[in-house]
Amino acid sequence: MQLEYFLLLAAALFCIGIYGLVTSRNAIRVLMSLELLLNAVNLNLMAFSNYSDPAQVKGQVFTVFVITIAAAEAAVGLAIVLSIYRNRDTVDMQEFNLLKW
Amino acid sequence: MNLAEGVQIVSFGILAFMMLASAIGVVLLNNIVYSAFLLGVVFVSISGLYILLNAAFVAAAQILIYVGAVNVLILFGIMLVNKRRDFARIPNAWLNQGVTALVCGGLFALLSSMIIATPWSISTAPIAGDAALVEIGKHFFTDFLLPFELASVLLLMALIGAIVIARREFFPEEGEDLSAESNLTLPERPRELTGGRR
Repeated sequence: MQLEYFLLLAAALFCIGIYGLVTSRNAIRVLMSLELLLNAVNLNLMAFSNYSDPAQVKGQVFTVFVITIAAAEAAVGLAIVLSIYRNRDTVDMQEFNLLKW
Repeated sequence: MNLAEGVQIVSFGILAFMMLASAIGVVLLNNIVYSAFLLGVVFVSISGLYILLNAAFVAAAQILIYVGAVNVLILFGIMLVNKRRDFARIPNAWLNQGVTALVCGGLFALLSSMIIATPWSISTAPIAGDAALVEIGKHFFTDFLLPFELASVLLLMALIGAIVIARREFFPEEGEDLSAESNLTLPERPRELTGGRR
């Protein structure tokens, strides 16, 4: 097994996540794409932790921190989506132009 | 991991295929409920990849937090928000998607050429394996103590913030009497309890 395989896999997952983040119209799907992005970053951290720093596993510590932040982000993000849905009666990202103009 | 090289390669291939296929499904499927379940498949396969990377503790944390908490939270969000109505069509949506796909493909090409061209320094130190759990604990309580405590404060903030944001806001009128309410309850807009159908 090589480090490059894991890095390539994480890069592919990151690009899929960015595609979903930009093209999704449902706000909840945007949150799911964000989770994909965070998981790609985690996979990178874990791969480097295993291949470059196997003795003192600092990459795993950072991964645990990222997982914590991701859980908090999902909770707040879903609360914001619920609040917007209650006010605007839709979850279409194209209609959220409160701050656009 | 005490697995033979061939077994590792095969399981990596299976997990990578599962992860990429379900990630594409998450992004492209029309039904968002299917997307949420496929997101769970993505999380489980990433946890399998963590086990291949000698990190059993983080794999367990991934399953517990992502599949157990985040995915269930997203499913609940879908149930609260999902309304079976198509979005208004916007003109030239295919152009938007095509340009985005082009940019993402370019980004992937750039990243993969960088990954392949860079000479990574592979350490030859012995792998911690299951002793990584002890190492993580030591890191948490020595050199990463401040971020660890800050993370707990951040979780508390997110907890309270999510409740405050998702609550139905209510501003009492001028002459309205709120003295009947206890001091321990938050003022909330009254809601109908049954018949969520609109």
